[in-house]
Parts: sequence; structure tokens; C-alpha cells
Amino acid sequence: MSVRIGVYLCHCGANIAGKVDIDAVADFARGLENVTLVKDYKFMCSDPGQALIQKDLENKLVDRVVVASCSPLMHENTFRKTVERGGLNPYLFTMTNIREQCSWVHIDSDRTTEKAKDLVAASVRRAFLLEPLTKKEVPINPRTLVIGGGIAGIQAALDLAEAGKEVVLVEKEPSIGGHMAKFDKTFPTLDCSACILTPRMVSVGQHSNIELMSYAEVEDVGGYVGNFNIRVRKKARYVDSELCNGCGACWSKCPSSRVPRKGNVHEKLSLGPTTSIYMPFMQAVPAIPVIDRDTCLYFKNDSGACGICAKECERGAIKYDMTDEIVEFEVGNIIIAAGFKTFDPAKVKRYGYGRFDNVMTALEFEVMNCASGSTGGNILMADGSEPKSIGIVHCVGSRDSHYNEHCSRVCCMYSLKYAHLIKEKTDAEVYQFYIDMRCFGKGYEEFYDRLLSEDVRFVRGKVAEISKVPVTETEEGKLVVSVEDTLLGTVRRIPLDMVVLSTGLEGSETLPEIAKLCSVSVGKDGFLIEKHPKLGPVSTATDGVFVVGGCQSPKDIPDTVAQASAASSAVLSMITREKIEIEAATSEVDEDKCSGCKLCNTLCPYQAVKFDEEKEVSVVNEALCKGCGTCVAGCPSGAISAKHYEDRQIFAEIEGIFSGGL
Amino acid sequence: MSFEPKIVGFLCNWCSYTGADLAGTARIKYSPNIRSIRVMCSGRIEPTFIMKALYEGADGVLIAGCHPGDCHYQEGNYKALRRYRMLKKVLPDYGIDPGRIRLEWVAASEGEKFANVVDDFTEEIRNLGPLGIKEGLDEMMKDDVIPHHASGGEKGGDDNEA
Repeated sequence: MSVRIGVYLCHCGANIAGKVDIDAVADFARGLENVTLVKDYKFMCSDPGQALIQKDLENKLVDRVVVASCSPLMHENTFRKTVERGGLNPYLFTMTNIREQCSWVHIDSDRTTEKAKDLVAASVRRAFLLEPLTKKEVPINPRTLVIGGGIAGIQAALDLAEAGKEVVLVEKEPSIGGHMAKFDKTFPTLDCSACILTPRMVSVGQHSNIELMSYAEVEDVGGYVGNFNIRVRKKARYVDSELCNGCGACWSKCPSSRVPRKGNVHEKLSLGPTTSIYMPFMQAVPAIPVIDRDTCLYFKNDSGACGICAKECERGAIKYDMTDEIVEFEVGNIIIAAGFKTFDPAKVKRYGYGRFDNVMTALEFEVMNCASGSTGGNILMADGSEPKSIGIVHCVGSRDSHYNEHCSRVCCMYSLKYAHLIKEKTDAEVYQFYIDMRCFGKGYEEFYDRLLSEDVRFVRGKVAEISKVPVTETEEGKLVVSVEDTLLGTVRRIPLDMVVLSTGLEGSETLPEIAKLCSVSVGKDGFLIEKHPKLGPVSTATDGVFVVGGCQSPKDIPDTVAQASAASSAVLSMITREKIEIEAATSEVDEDKCSGCKLCNTLCPYQAVKFDEEKEVSVVNEALCKGCGTCVAGCPSGAISAKHYEDRQIFAEIEGIFSGGL
Repeated sequence: MSFEPKIVGFLCNWCSYTGADLAGTARIKYSPNIRSIRVMCSGRIEPTFIMKALYEGADGVLIAGCHPGDCHYQEGNYKALRRYRMLKKVLPDYGIDPGRIRLEWVAASEGEKFANVVDDFTEEIRNLGPLGIKEGLDEMMKDDVIPHHASGGEKGGDDNEA
């Protein structure tokens, strides 16, 4: 029986039709062999558009479908479902990308139309050779891995745990809490950060459905959606968590410090002890200290001198001989909540960070403001005195083509928060040096308005330099901020006691590694790429892997929490299905042709091709095969074929491209 | 009118095809000489695909995959690299300038790079001029690759026994 191919051309409003002459492509397609029907429609992905295809299939007018529209990465699944509803195997459908890689990227209308014709011809040739395939169903493990225990990971883990699902939460630091645990107040409500966060941290620690692995890192991710195999390294804390009761006797006597000594008040800007055995902060979950091996005297001295903490510990919880522990387990889905890091302002040499005392990063200033911090929440200069004037420099490392082009979204607001806190705690004058005030969230603009009436000085301009070279008497001993005040139209020099650099947000150091393990891409901006910037904000190109929080883009707390809940609900919807269909386009060995050379066995990165000793041929395990086709290309006997991407199908596509002539 | 070369692109689904899509969503303009074929991984791309494209009339062939270390399938791009280097060595024996094929790493975030690569490669191929099948290529190739015209041959025919 002859093959009847239906070609469906989408105008995509003016997106395609504005550049490609649809009528010309339609006429061209009508002339192609085996094409029995050509239709075009304004929006093929709309309900009536899909109905068009479905009806033709139901009426048995066609038995192969080519849709020429947007990228298959956008709507391949949509149309596969349409075709399926019409009673046709979804693998007898193929898609032609005449939008993202055609109408949107070329200027000349005629040549773009020619290209569209070639691409349609290629798809038609390919469609002729398509084979029906059956999707496999695999069960979904109801357990979920959450990577990162900041507010994003905490929220996602709690949502899932509350729904009765098991969660493994892996955090690389000794305690969960992330950046939010270092904040004193949160904008714009000025809620106490610890007061709203710590109850959740405790819930995570106590929840029977959450297995918390702190001070641990994911080392390997194998498997596929529904069935990931995870390997985690639990780093040695050198403190037995079963025996330790968090009394603090160990760190109160520890003689060594894990922070470099500066000999001033800013030396110990930390929420917890700065000793080598330490608890990151007092509300830590789990409340178990850790020994910093790099600075601990016991580990530095081969002789094992010191050992004071072991002597002080009444319960004998200090275990110097502890080693890293490797744990392996299975999960069905992964949520990456790996967070962000703040920009290192030492890169901007002219701002003097690291050279001048009293030039601080936002995070250092944040910690100094914390009541549980080393200054008791008092804003102090390095010499211990109270500053009389403080400048806050916006957009350090953000909106700057030398460092990061993106806006970090939170700096305007936390800078306003700092101004408020400074006004509340000291008599200092406050200057804000800003480019634009971006106060977009709920209650944010109102907070800005409030600050305008709190006697804070706003200078619109990017700071050129922070120096310590006085030219007048008033500048003596001060940090001098040089800035062009673009509202006054003049260059100003403003002498200040202290400067806070509002550093932007970047993807964390570990992000590229985690992304690689989970087969997720890192964007040009250093953040993870979601499936779709608008309609797939938490899923990724890899099924079963989700992204939330600061590792996806800079985000404030409300957005992070919302995204975390979105990801956990996406995971729940996967788990509730219990089963998931996985790609049918795998490799297949023709046993008659296989010479048994085993070359493919070593080529496969998933160990999906194994040698059958009895039959003396290689066999593909379809559950493990991900359909990359590397073995197919490598087989010297041509015995392996890649379903849906067979040699002859690709050859046909190539022929199609050249069938129209140029 | 200047010579407009025809270029076939083989793009891996996860990085380069996505990167090419990104050039689209960002409306970055590049020359319309390329026709891309999507494969799951650059490791799937066989030298015969490239020869076939040249045989059918391509003046240049672009292969694009994930950056080293970023392959969605862990290491398919390394296999692509080896096959590419091998083919580059063999091409002169066929009378074909090895500059007619190019391998590039294009990440999902590199829409601009994809556009630049296509423009640059198109220019290079334009300078090389049309690929002469009369150079003897067709004679040498006709035993190697059996064309599968949709009209001809039986469906399900064998292609690997070449």
C-alpha cells in the first residue's frame, strides 16, 4: 500500500508567514512524491489547528504527518499527542523547524522561502521511511533528591514530605539554611529572617519523610527519569553525630582559628565560632559541630598534638579517625536548589575592597547586622567605633558588561533595607549610589517611598572610584567616593567612614559540576537553563530534573519559595502518575549482522550494550539505552540501527534537502 | 550574483540544536545557506552522512555538538571529534578540500556563536567555490552509498551493506 503523507504548514501568525511565502511552500509540497494532502493554518498548535490534523487522520486521508512550524523542542510532544489522538503511531510524525531556524533568523524573504521548501522536502523524505515505535513504560520511584538546603531546597523538601513522599536533602555545608540563615532582616517587611527560617529548618531536621545529609556532596548521578541512581559523599565531620549534644565545650576551648586574623573588629564577622572546630551558627540544623581539617592543629601536626576538643568533650564524640562515607540510593526525581554566590568585589580594583578597611561586601554587612553575630548586631568600623557616614554602592558586579550583564534583582531592595537599618541603629548619614532603583515586588515601591522620607541621600550615578587620597581637609582619613551625579550633572567627591558594596548574584562554584552530573546546561550568565523561560520555569531539558531558586536566576525569597513549591508540585504530579513513558528511539542490534566484535560495548557510556556469550552477539538493554546513537555510528558491521534516526532516514533527509535544487 | 553555497548542518539535539533555536528566539540574523538535520548526539554522526551530503550537492558540512565535558550523553562529542579528524585526513584523497567540513562546539546558550559560525563558515565555503562533483567524486562515491530515493527502492531496504 502506498504511503500518504500529509504536510501541515503553520503561519504562526506573522512569525513564519511574515517571512516565508506559505503559499509557495504549499505549492511546492503538493508536488512532492507521496504527499497527498497539504494544509496551512494560522496557528497549527491551537485547538482548531490540531483538530485539522486529527480529523484527516480519523478520515484516513493520510498515514504520515509532517508539521512545518516551530522547533520540535517547542511542540514535538504537542503534535505527537495530536497524531496519537488521530489514531496514528506518534513516531510516524515528523516536524520541520521553519521558525527558530528559518523565518526568525534570515532577512531575505525569497531565500528564506527556498530554505523552508528544502526543509519540508527533507522531512517528507524522512516521513516516508519512518517506522512506528512503541514507548516503554517505567515505574517512578516516589523518592526525590533535593540538592541544596537553602530556603529553596527546604521549601521543596517540606512540600514533598508533607505530601507523604520521601525526600533526601543533600547540603554541602555543615548546616542547612543557606544564605537566608545569614540575614538579619528581610525586605520589605523587615521580618526577622531567623524567626521565619529556623522553624522550617527544624521541621526539615525532624521530619520523618526527610533524610538530611548535611556536609555531603552528590558525586554521581546515573539512570534516567523515575529511576536515578545517586552516589553521595558524606564528608567526615570528625564529630560523632550520635554522641554529640551540641554543648559547645569543644569550640570554646579550641586554640586555632579558621579565619585569617586581621586584628580588628571586622576579623570575626561570623554568626558562629571562628575556631577550627565550629558550628556555622547557633541555630544550625543539625546542631553538630565540624572540624575544619585545613586549620585544625591536630591535623596540621603530624604528631597529633593539640587534641583539646577531644579532651573537653565529655561524651567522647570527637573522632579524629573518621573518614568520608559513600552512600548510594535511588530516587525518581531530582530538584536542584544549589543556590548562588555573591560577586567577588576584589575584581573591581578601583573600589578598594580588600585594600581598605571599612569597604565591606553586602554579605559581610548583613552578618554584622545579625544580633547573633560577633558585633551583636551593632554597626561598627574596623576600629570598633561607630561610623558617622556610610555609602551603599549599587550594582557591583551586576549590570556591568565587564563582569555580569544581568541585574541581580535583589540588591536595590537589600540596599534600601541596609539604609533603614543604619538609620535605626546609628546616627550615620546614608548615601545610596544607584543606577536605577528597581523595586518591582509586592510592597517594594512602597518601601522605597518610605526610605525617601527617612533622610537617606540618593545619588544617581555609577561610582567611579573609592580612594583614600584626600584633597581637602574634610576628606582626611576618610574613604572618598568619586561619582558622577547624573541628576545634578556634576562629578562629586563624597568623604565617608564606611562603604558597603551591593554585590550581585552569580551561580555558585559547584553549579557547573552539579549541572554536568544531572545533564542540565549552564547558561552564558552562569545560571542553570530551565526548559522554557516562560512556560517551563522549573523543569529542564532532562526529564525528572528540576531547578529552583538562585541557581536558576537571581531571585528574592518570595520568588524562590514560589518556585520551590512549583517544582515540588511538578514532582508530585510525576510521582502520582506512578509510571512514565520513556523515549522509544533506542538502538537495536541486528543479530544476523553482528560479528561480536564488542566495539559497541565499550562505546556505550551507559553500559546498555552487553555481549551475549551464548549467542555471541551484542544486545542492547532498552531500559538503559538513551538513544544517543554513538554505538550505531561506531559499528563496523552496520549491525546496529538507531530507531527513529536510522541511516536511511538521515540519508533521505539529506536527499530531500537537495531535491528542490538551488 | 555571487555564488551561494549550500551547507548541511548536523546538530546535536541538546546543545547545538538548542543553541540554534536560541539564535532564533533572540532573532539573531545569519546567512540562510544552512539546512540543519537534527540528531540526538554528535556521536551519532557517521562520516558517511557527511560524504552523502557532499555527494548530494552540499558545498560544505557543519557538525555541531556540545562542548567537551558537556555532552548530554557524557562523551559522544569526543567520538564525533575523532571521526571528524579521521575524515579530515581522508577527504583530500577524494579530491575534496578538508576545509569544506567543520566541527564546532555550540552550547545551548550560544545562539550568537551559532549564528557567527554559520556566517563565517558560509563565507569560507563561498571562497572555496562550488564543490565539483565532476572532480571524480561521483565516480568514487557511487559504490559507497546507495541513494534512497523515496520513489525508488523498497521501503526498509538495507543501507549499511555498502
